Amino acid sequence: MRHLTVGIAALALMTLAASVQAHDYKVGALNLDHPWARPTPPAAPVAGGYVAITNTGGAPDRLLHVESDLSTSAQVHDSSVVDGIARMRPLDGGLAIEPGQTVRLEPGGMHIMFMKPARRLVEGARFSAVLTFENAGAVTVEFTVQKPGNEPPPEAGHQGHGG
Amino acid sequence: MAAEAMRALRKLQISLWAAAGLAAIAFGAAYVTYGPGTGRMAVVQERPSAGMPISRPFALTDQRGQPFTERDLLGRPHLVFFGFTHCPDVCPTTLAELTDLLSELGPEADKLSTLLISVDPERDTQELLAQYLTAFDPRIRALRGTPEQTQAALKAFAAFGRKVPLEGGDYMVEHTAGVLMIDDKGKLMGLLDMHEPKEAKLAKLRRLTTATS
Repeated sequence: MRHLTVGIAALALMTLAASVQAHDYKVGALNLDHPWARPTPPAAPVAGGYVAITNTGGAPDRLLHVESDLSTSAQVHDSSVVDGIARMRPLDGGLAIEPGQTVRLEPGGMHIMFMKPARRLVEGARFSAVLTFENAGAVTVEFTVQKPGNEPPPEAGHQGHGG
Repeated sequence: MAAEAMRALRKLQISLWAAAGLAAIAFGAAYVTYGPGTGRMAVVQERPSAGMPISRPFALTDQRGQPFTERDLLGRPHLVFFGFTHCPDVCPTTLAELTDLLSELGPEADKLSTLLISVDPERDTQELLAQYLTAFDPRIRALRGTPEQTQAALKAFAAFGRKVPLEGGDYMVEHTAGVLMIDDKGKLMGLLDMHEPKEAKLAKLRRLTTATS
C-alpha cells in the first residue's frame, strides 16, 4: 500500500514535470507543439528554433513569417546533408502544412533561423515570437531554450494543457 | 544517283547533329563545373576518400593566431570538419556532439587534435571564432584564412565550400559534412558519421587514437 502511494506520488510528480516542460499553442486549426531553441555559443550570429505544427483542419495552411524581439529577422530554413554536402535553403513561399499533417522543425531538418540575436540564449531562458500563418493568422508563442535531445516526447505536448 | 546523294546528305546531317549533341553535353558539363552560379568559392567537387594523404600545402591560423599547415597534421591523429558560425543547426550540433564524445573518451581524447575549418572566413573572424568556441571542449580549435587560403585548405582535404546568396544580401555556405578522421601520418582513415550511434563513434575514435599512438 505504501509502495503504491509512493508510486502514485512519483507518477504525479513526473506528470507535473512533463507539463512544466512541454507547452503548446492553438491558433485556428493549428496546434503548435513545444517551441524551443538551442542554447547559443557566445557571439553566435544566428540562433536556431524548432516547433512541431499540426494542421487539424481541412484546408492547407502556410507559415508565412516569424517575428521576434530576439532578432531583427527570422526565416524558415531547410537544412539537409545530400551526397556528403551540408546544405541550407530558405523555404520560398513559406512552410506548407497540409490538412492532417504534422510538420516538425527539428535538428538536422527544418528550423527557424533567428538572425543576429540581441542576446545569448542560455538554457532555461525564454523568448517570445509571433508566427503568422496564411489562414490561421498570427499567434504569439514562447520559445524555451534547452539543449537538443531534451525535447519532450511528441505525445507529451498533447496531454491536455493549453499554452 | 539522286538517291545516293540524299543518303550521303542524310549521313552528314546525322553526324552533324551528333557532333552538336556532344558539344552541348561537353558545354553543359563545363558549365556545371565552371559556370556562373558556382561563384568564386566554387571548387570542382571531389570527395574525401579513405587512404587519401592530406599533403597538398595549405596555411591557416587558429583562433589564437597560431599558424597551422599541412605539416602540422603529422605526428598526431586529427579530427577535421568544416563549418561556420552563421549556421544555426548542423555546425553547433557537430561541435556539441564532439564535445560530448571527447569527454566520454576520457584521457584518450588528449591524443586527438580536433579542428573546425571555417568555410566562411569573411564573417568568421579570429575573434568571433575564439568567443564562439568557449562554449565547447577547449581542445577543439578553429582554423581560418583568407578566402584563397581557405580554398587551398579545402582542396587539400578534397572538401567543398560554396557561398549561396540569400535575400537581403546575406548568404549561407554549403560545405562538406561529416568529420574526417586523419591518422598521425596525415592519411585519411575515414569519416565519422554523426548519425551513427554514440558507441560506434567512440569505437572509431578509439581505433584512431590507438592505431597511431
